[in-house]
Amino acid sequence: MSVVATGPAAGLPRWAVLGLLPALNLLAAFAISGLIVLLIGENPWEAVRLLVWGAFGFQEAIGYTLFYATNFIFTGLAVAVAFHCGLFNIGGEGQAYIGGLGMALVCLYLDFLPFALIAPAAVAGAALFGAAWAFVPAWLQAYRGSHIVITTIMFNFIAAAVMAYLLVNVMSRPGSMEPESRDFAPHARLPLMHEALGAIGIDIAASPLNLSFLLALLCCGAVWVFMWHTPAGYRLRTAGASQSAALYGGISPARQIIVAMLVSGALAGCMSLNELMGVQHRLVLEFTAGYGFAGIAVALMGRGHPVGIVIASLLFGALYQGGAELSFEIPSITRDMVVVIQGLVILFAGALEFMFVPAVRAALLRGRGG
Amino acid sequence: MSFPETRRNTPPTADAPAVELLRIDKRFGTVHANREVSLSVAPGTIHGIVGENGAGKSTLMSILYGFYRADRGEIRIAGRPAAIRNSEEAIAAGIGMVHQHFMLVDTFTVVENVILGAEGGRLLASGLHRARSELSELAREYALDVPPDALVGDLPVGLQQRVEILKALYRGAEILVLDEPTGTLAPQEADHLFRILRRLKAQGKTVILITHKLREIMAVTDRISVMRQGRMVAHRDTSATTVGELAELMVGRRVLSEVKKGAAKPGRDLLSVENLRVCDDRGLIRVHEVSFAVRAGEIVGIAGVAGNGQSELLEALAGLRPVARGRILVAGEPVGAGSRLRRHLGLAHVPEDRRRMGLVMPFEARESAILGHHDDPRYRRVALFDWATISRDTASKMDAFDVRPADPRRITAAFSGGNQQKLVLAREFERDPLVLLVGQPTRGVDIGAIEFIHHRLVAMRDAGKAVLLVSAELDEIMGLSDRILVMFGGAIAGEFPAGRATERELGLLMAGAGSAGRERGAP
Repeated sequence: MSVVATGPAAGLPRWAVLGLLPALNLLAAFAISGLIVLLIGENPWEAVRLLVWGAFGFQEAIGYTLFYATNFIFTGLAVAVAFHCGLFNIGGEGQAYIGGLGMALVCLYLDFLPFALIAPAAVAGAALFGAAWAFVPAWLQAYRGSHIVITTIMFNFIAAAVMAYLLVNVMSRPGSMEPESRDFAPHARLPLMHEALGAIGIDIAASPLNLSFLLALLCCGAVWVFMWHTPAGYRLRTAGASQSAALYGGISPARQIIVAMLVSGALAGCMSLNELMGVQHRLVLEFTAGYGFAGIAVALMGRGHPVGIVIASLLFGALYQGGAELSFEIPSITRDMVVVIQGLVILFAGALEFMFVPAVRAALLRGRGG
Repeated sequence: MSFPETRRNTPPTADAPAVELLRIDKRFGTVHANREVSLSVAPGTIHGIVGENGAGKSTLMSILYGFYRADRGEIRIAGRPAAIRNSEEAIAAGIGMVHQHFMLVDTFTVVENVILGAEGGRLLASGLHRARSELSELAREYALDVPPDALVGDLPVGLQQRVEILKALYRGAEILVLDEPTGTLAPQEADHLFRILRRLKAQGKTVILITHKLREIMAVTDRISVMRQGRMVAHRDTSATTVGELAELMVGRRVLSEVKKGAAKPGRDLLSVENLRVCDDRGLIRVHEVSFAVRAGEIVGIAGVAGNGQSELLEALAGLRPVARGRILVAGEPVGAGSRLRRHLGLAHVPEDRRRMGLVMPFEARESAILGHHDDPRYRRVALFDWATISRDTASKMDAFDVRPADPRRITAAFSGGNQQKLVLAREFERDPLVLLVGQPTRGVDIGAIEFIHHRLVAMRDAGKAVLLVSAELDEIMGLSDRILVMFGGAIAGEFPAGRATERELGLLMAGAGSAGRERGAP
């Protein structure tokens, strides 16, 4: 039997750590959410039914769920990559924001190119700008010892200020007071999934789900290969697990910090492809809407593994989409209430990740002993 | 905490054992750490517990001190059943523990450390005052002299240990548990510790001594219990047993205590060190202009008490620490002053701390087994790792070095200390290096593995490698080395050909009392 050897869950079998613990955390979050629903006088079972139906009950709902999940996959992967190098990248929000700038610059100013060139250029723009925004905190951590948590938080604020300035003063449409850019040209937009599939004769309901979902899945595969099948990923993980062992192995921890944060920032930046190039078709204020922060919970819940991140992203996507349906069907469960439920999931899956470890350990021991 | 009362709670009952452990059973997941272990320690004696690493000694003592709770079994203190659920209850029951790694606050003074957790009131002054007078009394009674107002971080290791003992006594300990107390002490310091222990015994205290150093335990204990694989296998009166018998009981077979090796046939200088100066992270000079050479086909041992520059020397040679002055030559070629690893020059390095440096604990064994060689194209197919080849390669290394279990995908941290060490050795030896830097190769390793590792080191020597051995174990240095260098205060205090040095001579030099060496104050 395979047993987890280190960390707070040391000594527990893998299935308990990967399956049972997240399930218990989720149940606890839902139990408390149920109590809250009960408190405001609604039926929690009905709420759950509506939430699940709203997330998966019909084609359009599934499309929306996957659309939201796409954002979470990008930001979740970003946090996970940094985490494998022992870095807590809180700056996904800002990196995604600046990544959006890079992508928008391509879509706005290179739109004389055909789609086949704009699309890869936009991906490169998003990734490059996201990575560049992550580079400064990374360099400060690697060579000046400034704590990455502090600097990435500060860079979120800087990103917000820079974007507000650009959108109000530089990139806004001529003659408009709106802090947003002009619309991207039609050929500088990512095709929606129902359009793309419709073109090859498969009909699905219309939803904002677009081709960046495929890119997100591709990134999952790429991160998996990079992390566990390349020397570069090995170096990164070694530096994250033990700086002294890295030095011994001829690996520069400082350089790994830079590499990890560049990859992390690039992934976060790609989130903008889904929101902007896929749906909004222009650069707008605060399109990141907290996805960068939610990525932390997604990465923790997914245990830093791409497969886990996809599962966690689906869960969060379902909560977003199902939650929207829920507050539509039961108006007394407001949008804010749904945010509370999401917050509880983040709290239990992230901050209180190991709360049930002693109980699980005791239960397993009793099962074996008895 | 009301510890003056608790002290009165445990009056020694006549004739009852001071500590009695009855059929203690403890499992950690699938590991059965203690199997029905029983132990009885008579009051006013020094009782030794010996056993290989992983035999369950530390687990047993952790149960006695309340760190773990036994799954089954009973603890009796002075004849009365005691429920010890945490260290506070252990202290209340009169048990004091001196850990292998001291639990002291470096930036506090001795008195402040002693009263830590037993401050005795909201204001420190009264507790400090009381502690000061009690300390001087304890110091008189047990020859435990320590300057009460010195910062603990400034004290040498031997004195820090005394602070730990004082801490326990101040809390009213009647039973003192010492876990590997001589690990970081010079022989003379260890002797002083034993005098203190005898003094404690004479005053009626009970001492439990955990160690793997058989000679020490023979010298100081009244009775010895031997543990093996979680079981208590024998109890012996010290006067009625021998080192050989204890070693045999520990591993279940006769141990070759001496390394069999032929005469060295030294060849050319493979590693030369010229006027090397090395600084530590704070910029203090830790190695003072050291020069020596290691020839092909010889083992040069560096003896010294921890903290006298050996670690820094080894790290500088391995390229992990910058060279402040002087130069290093491998096979006659000077190596750059940078901090790059020198593996490509044929330099292999078994680091002193395998857990922090030699291995990556959360990695699979096969991942740890390529550390430092992860860029080797043999391990790759195009750009990606070829895990099948790496697994095969690791499995054959594990086979050659008897790493158990020989599972390349087992998590590194799940191996025992000895097997982890053998994994490091396998990785470094199988590369066929010219020069081998070996730090503490058998620290925390069980006797069976020690023997294996020693044989391997001699085999490397006989294969014409230059071996530089740094070890805190005098036995090991004396048993393996063809030449011995003693380091003290960052300089080489003396050099002896094999067989020419006595333990006493080496010990004196290691403690800085040598006349042969260049005298330098301890750093």
